[in-house]
Amino acid sequence: MPFDFEFAKSILPHLLEASVITIAATFVSFAIALVIGLFLALGLRSRFALVRRGIWGATQFIRSTPLLVQLYFLFFVLPEIGITMPPFLTGVIGLGAHYSCYIAEVYRAGLESVPKGQWEAAVALNYGRSRAMTEIILPQAIPPMIPVLANYMITMFKDTPVMASITVIELMQTANIIASERFLYVEPMTLVGLIFLALSLVASFGVRLIEGRLVR
Amino acid sequence: MSLIYEARWVLLEGALNTIIITLAASLLAGAMAFSAGLARLSSIAAVRCIALVYIEVFRGVALLVQLFWMFFVLPFFDIHLEPITTAILAIGLCNGAYGAEIVRSAISAVPRGQREAACALNYTRLQTLWRIVVPQAIPMMLPPFGNLMIELLKVTALVSLITVHDLSFQALTLQQTTMQTAAPFTAVLVGYFLIALVITGIFRLAERRAGVGLDRGGLR
Repeated sequence: MPFDFEFAKSILPHLLEASVITIAATFVSFAIALVIGLFLALGLRSRFALVRRGIWGATQFIRSTPLLVQLYFLFFVLPEIGITMPPFLTGVIGLGAHYSCYIAEVYRAGLESVPKGQWEAAVALNYGRSRAMTEIILPQAIPPMIPVLANYMITMFKDTPVMASITVIELMQTANIIASERFLYVEPMTLVGLIFLALSLVASFGVRLIEGRLVR
Repeated sequence: MSLIYEARWVLLEGALNTIIITLAASLLAGAMAFSAGLARLSSIAAVRCIALVYIEVFRGVALLVQLFWMFFVLPFFDIHLEPITTAILAIGLCNGAYGAEIVRSAISAVPRGQREAACALNYTRLQTLWRIVVPQAIPMMLPPFGNLMIELLKVTALVSLITVHDLSFQALTLQQTTMQTAAPFTAVLVGYFLIALVITGIFRLAERRAGVGLDRGGLR
């Protein structure tokens, strides 16, 4: 069965429209992951051992269990305890929470990569804790984190199709609907693959550019 | 809890399938990682190019898309595979592409002097690779390969979407037949976590054994 270019051309606009949802889902879940990840990273540096251990255990658990089942959990269990959300919101919260556990680790590594002497110098120069953090430590800790975070964003982008399983109509699900309506799978599935490939190649090229900038 | 006990055979069947897919896909991924990783370092441009295309394509496309492509599109080309075979192929090929980068960077991290010494001792290229370079690169590969295998275990959940009866599939079945939600999904999450713990443990042991006799105290 050959590739029908006419059919492919006719469905391409629909798929491109749907990729906007996929991209939106990526950005929203990335933002959620950045925020939750920050809280987790702060929790991992807490003075209370119980908080540290609890958060460490929870992040390990989330990191070693599948996103798909976590999404099912949110999708099916939350409504039972009275929390109903549109599937898109459930999806981005699930994806964001999953990756926040990785991103917390990025924040931690970034902060630890700043030499201890920087803190000591800040103390010696009579900087307060928060000023030392915002003016001395963070400006050195953040740039090396950026390419790592960007790579996680690309990984998250490639995990958005999992949301199709909780009825979010993103790129993958749109292709699925088109395909199953006419029972023509070759063109929609191949196009989805090509769109993913194109977007992630462009994105990783962008990351490499940023990386080059930062190294200089 | 009683629900989980009653459904133990269903869950165990799912766990068994998850483990089978994880192991088979890991073997395929390992083989692909080594071939593509070494091919990336080949002196022949065409070989390097093929490896690069494989790595970029399988890393650039979402695994679920690859899985659906193989499941739905291959039959149109008269290639009919069992769902579980499709699952193993897709997961193995995709993770092999990630693994190839691990192999490549570990191999290139072996100091040049080792190759030069082997050359001076009249080792052939193949002997240098298998006797000198790879044994030193493997301890460096183990920690990232351990992480990759956990990632691989996690993505096996996607095979439930192409009708394979793995742990995730059984969770959904239990949810539909018993109308309970929290219990089956929690049980299955714990199941994955336990399998992940076993994988982590095995890699810890392997790392300790591979580290024996190596002059690299600060490796980790």
